[in-house]
Amino acid sequence: MPSRQYHPIKAMIKILKYSFYDLMRSRWSYVYFLFYLLLGFVLLFLNNDLSKAVITLMNVIIVLVPLIGTIFGVMYFYNSKEFTELLLAQPIKRSSIFIGQYLGVAGSLSMSLVLGLGIPFVIYGLFESNAIWDFSLLLITGAFLTLIFTALSFNIALSNENKIKGFGYAVLMWLFLAVIYDGLFLMSLIVFEQYPLDSFSLAATMFNPIDLSRTLILLKLDISALLGYTGAVFKQFFGTYIGVVISFVMLGFWTLIPILRLSFKAKRKDF
Amino acid sequence: MIQVYNLHKKFGKNQVLSALDLKIEGGGIFAVLGPNGSGKTTLIKSILGMVVPNKGSISVLNKPIKSGWKYRQKINYLPQIANFPGNLKVKELIAMIKDLRQKPSEEDKLIALFGLEPFMDKKLSTLSGGTKQKVNLVLTFMFNSPLIILDEPTNGLDPATHIKLKNLIKEEKANGKTFLITSHIMQFVEDVADEIVFLLEGKIYFKGSIEALKTKTEQTNFEHAIAAISSN
Repeated sequence: MPSRQYHPIKAMIKILKYSFYDLMRSRWSYVYFLFYLLLGFVLLFLNNDLSKAVITLMNVIIVLVPLIGTIFGVMYFYNSKEFTELLLAQPIKRSSIFIGQYLGVAGSLSMSLVLGLGIPFVIYGLFESNAIWDFSLLLITGAFLTLIFTALSFNIALSNENKIKGFGYAVLMWLFLAVIYDGLFLMSLIVFEQYPLDSFSLAATMFNPIDLSRTLILLKLDISALLGYTGAVFKQFFGTYIGVVISFVMLGFWTLIPILRLSFKAKRKDF
Repeated sequence: MIQVYNLHKKFGKNQVLSALDLKIEGGGIFAVLGPNGSGKTTLIKSILGMVVPNKGSISVLNKPIKSGWKYRQKINYLPQIANFPGNLKVKELIAMIKDLRQKPSEEDKLIALFGLEPFMDKKLSTLSGGTKQKVNLVLTFMFNSPLIILDEPTNGLDPATHIKLKNLIKEEKANGKTFLITSHIMQFVEDVADEIVFLLEGKIYFKGSIEALKTKTEQTNFEHAIAAISSN
């Protein structure tokens, strides 16, 4: 019998495709997509100002995208448990299965985001506007946040057999990075007021993907004057070409490290 | 066909398999039996590479499996719980598995055998448990592989399908296939199995024909023989 070549990347792309289609047909993808579509239209036609709409959107995206990525990631992982077992019995490498599923979920969420917000903005006349770069940055960071938080939630779900526990840890992770981290950060800034905190603030921002995205967008929007002295330091850093590159490299690390851990852990897990 | 040597597997503090040795030659139907929690599914999943053993080695078709995955193209596996992505239609699921395996398949014959034609365009989430199990069976039997592993294949099947399944298994056996089956339905095992592999406390407690088992336990009824060997 001729033996066929089972290429791991090819298999991964196939699994990605199936997970993606599966999600694209679920009601929640549409709800998510329609939500952004509605948000985009409402903001544009109430605000009538593209730049202001971008800022409002940023505030929504920075909090909501990680939350949806986390919850969808955990839910998809647990719901597809039996399906994963079916795939595990096929001649497919384990990492192809998990990374394929991950990219399917993250890809469909990113698409809902980009299309849902993109369509109203294009209709409104984005291409003739100066806000196109701000808006693109917003969508790119939104996509990154989706990739990062879906990857983190897949890791949590893989390491926790118990659904309730996994769900709880995932939501806690989101809460920590979206809310608690900022609180701790601000508190430390107040406590150590008399010390120079520029490098500390920069580092602290780098170690939280949500803060990093927020800072990146805010500084691009040229409202850093609101941020005072630290803002000036940030402006100096993020405003430069190098600063932006480093920020994106950090977002890349935030994406890559959870994916590597996922692939590593998946190889050693019992199903 | 399958060689298992000194297999150990622990889940937390629970030692499921301890120093299990098993050798299965090609051809024939082997029923893996044992009380609940005796390690049947763990043994099967170790052979499939879904469970990573703590110690020991497994060879399938004379090749050690280690962390490989290509050997699974020679195995068809029916999982215990038939649960699939609910948004997919039956025909899409079948097409998907075909696409992933890249092997010639004969699903049409099986779809007709199990009477699944009216369900091909239905979403999997709308199917009953028994119909899902039929889809599961089509997915398992549609490829031509030398080793077929069935975990509780009779789950949720009506009597007519049950008989069809038995005939299908016998047919495939006549084609020289090797079967590993777990089941709690003793009548089913007695009808199809050539040999019994009885697991107890993580070891092979008995391996041999049904007749040998009856002689050993001095029972005339198979179900009583199994009950007797479990309580010894």
